[in-house]
Amino acid sequence: MLKVENLSTSYKTIDGDVHVLKDLNFEIYENEIFGIAGESGCGKTTLLKVLYDIIDFPLKIDGGRVLLSGKKNGDSFSYESGTIREAWWKNISYVPQAAQSVLNPITRLKSQFLDSIPEEEKKNESKEETLERVAKYLEELSLSRDLLDAFPFQLSGGMRQRVIIALATFMSPNVVLADEPTTALDVVVQRGILMMLMRLQRELQNTLVVVSHDMGVHYQVTKRMGIMYSGSFAELGTTDDIFDDPIHPYTKMLIGALPRVGDKSQKVGIPGRPPSLTDPPPGCRFAPRCPHPGEICGRDVPEFREVRPGRFVACHFSEKVMSDDTKASGS
Amino acid sequence: MTQKLLEVNHVTKIFRIGGLIRGKKLVAVDDISFGIDAEKPVILSIVGESGCGKSTLCRMLLRIHKPDMGDIVLSGNSYGDKKDYDPTRFRLDVQPIFQNPYEAFSARKKVDTYLYNTALRLGIATNRKEADELVDETLKSVGMSLSVVKDKYPTQFSGGELQRVSIARALITRPKLIIADEPVSAVDASMKMNIVNLFKELKDEYNVSFIYVTHDLSTAYYVSDYMATLYRGSLIEYGVAKEIMDNPAHPYTELLVSAVPRVGEKWDQELVMPDLEEKEYAITYCKFAPRCPYSTEECRRTRPEMRELGTRRVLCYHPLFEGTVPRAL
Repeated sequence: MLKVENLSTSYKTIDGDVHVLKDLNFEIYENEIFGIAGESGCGKTTLLKVLYDIIDFPLKIDGGRVLLSGKKNGDSFSYESGTIREAWWKNISYVPQAAQSVLNPITRLKSQFLDSIPEEEKKNESKEETLERVAKYLEELSLSRDLLDAFPFQLSGGMRQRVIIALATFMSPNVVLADEPTTALDVVVQRGILMMLMRLQRELQNTLVVVSHDMGVHYQVTKRMGIMYSGSFAELGTTDDIFDDPIHPYTKMLIGALPRVGDKSQKVGIPGRPPSLTDPPPGCRFAPRCPHPGEICGRDVPEFREVRPGRFVACHFSEKVMSDDTKASGS
Repeated sequence: MTQKLLEVNHVTKIFRIGGLIRGKKLVAVDDISFGIDAEKPVILSIVGESGCGKSTLCRMLLRIHKPDMGDIVLSGNSYGDKKDYDPTRFRLDVQPIFQNPYEAFSARKKVDTYLYNTALRLGIATNRKEADELVDETLKSVGMSLSVVKDKYPTQFSGGELQRVSIARALITRPKLIIADEPVSAVDASMKMNIVNLFKELKDEYNVSFIYVTHDLSTAYYVSDYMATLYRGSLIEYGVAKEIMDNPAHPYTELLVSAVPRVGEKWDQELVMPDLEEKEYAITYCKFAPRCPYSTEECRRTRPEMRELGTRRVLCYHPLFEGTVPRAL
């Protein structure tokens, strides 16, 4: 389980601190697929980096922490920000953005697999035995074992992505973080990769966190999801609920703007642009783009609160929106 | 016969991979033909997976590559006809929009220099003052203005805004045809719709046709009038976009449409992923047969011919949809 408590982070720049994540509080449970959606620059990747504990200059944690806990092979474990590194590969693994380009193109895949597996995992066996295990695992994922002798440049983008996923899940970690696993891939390959991720999660019964800006991907893959806007969550809840009945105006507009095959009706995007993170507007950060902002929105930051069991929204008017929606559907 | 804006006649492009002796041929674009009428502007989407020849086709339309076989004719002027080729005229008529606006504009140049250069160097405006007006007017048509864009660098814009500027740059010449290669794939979901809506508006306002290359089928469905599906260099289905996506005739189009992660309908069945791609370019029978769930003996023997089915053309022996009646399976 991943638990985030009062997390705030910032990037140090010459023009001052850029506060990317602000007072985040949420949990990601065991055995679920959790999605993080939002536009570029909203802090999705920063959040994943903090979850995976890659905190290098200029990124800095200003407050709060991430807790990683759970059970593996009967032993329970618990790590927090600063020590999560010790759990890498074993308990948590990360599929970075543009994963197709993380492999060294001129080294055979087998040596890259061997390098990535921690020493303690392979100390009782010979190199051949480890490779045999890797080959078996690749076959389980319906990939060819000949891949181990191939160079990454010989493989297509989709194939490299699948190899990276195989590498990340080889040690059956409790948590897998996938940052935009299917961008730059076409729809057919995208579907194949998403189905592979879903199948792996079903088999391993672990936690999968998928970051994507494609709402369709979230609908297909995730059980629960959070929608980020300008460094914090705007809305969090089960995926079906969010799509059926969005509460936050940003979510409403985002879902309303989704083009669909089979629907040619006029759609509009969200006007305006995301606020600058160096100098965010006071109060609600979505207020300048909100279709019906109140007076309070320009003054107070809305609290991220549970409006319904399991459903969190950061909007001053969430109760009003909810009652309006019931009235509208009732009449 | 109606006058055509663009005619693509049996265009083929072959690349050589490797050395002269051990190299092999890769047919990137294989005998593609289609046309756009001059009377009414249209948006034609070209869809297909990576490596299907979308970008090569675009480059040929932009005269960056020369077709090895076949011919492209723009408003009656053949691309092969070197004597009558007027580069300025061509650039006035055909304009590109690229995938990633941050890469299309140099990070060290001010964005407005691109706009002024387009206006002044192609002789649309004769002096700076005229250019000012022209640039401002064009920027306004995409929802920006000169006062917003002036003296700014690309990094000061969001992706959606910068893509609008690059659309405005293309519009300055008042082109007849805009070739947009994946224009929204680098743009956020909330901005994407603004950009494709802009295409729709500009189509009527400026009487400009768009070739919209994408692998995002949901926006293609939303915005386009016609659609061409490419597979391994071949045009496999061509026709009215809505009809094709509602009832795909080619099994590959069906696969593409079913793979779109759509909202409201969850995936149920597993998908078989193809293992090998490169060989498929060299196949002498139907290129899709190795992956096709409906393939028969015939498909593995010879390559199918283009067939006309009502309003559309399909490259398949056994289309899933014939004329108006879906084929019983």
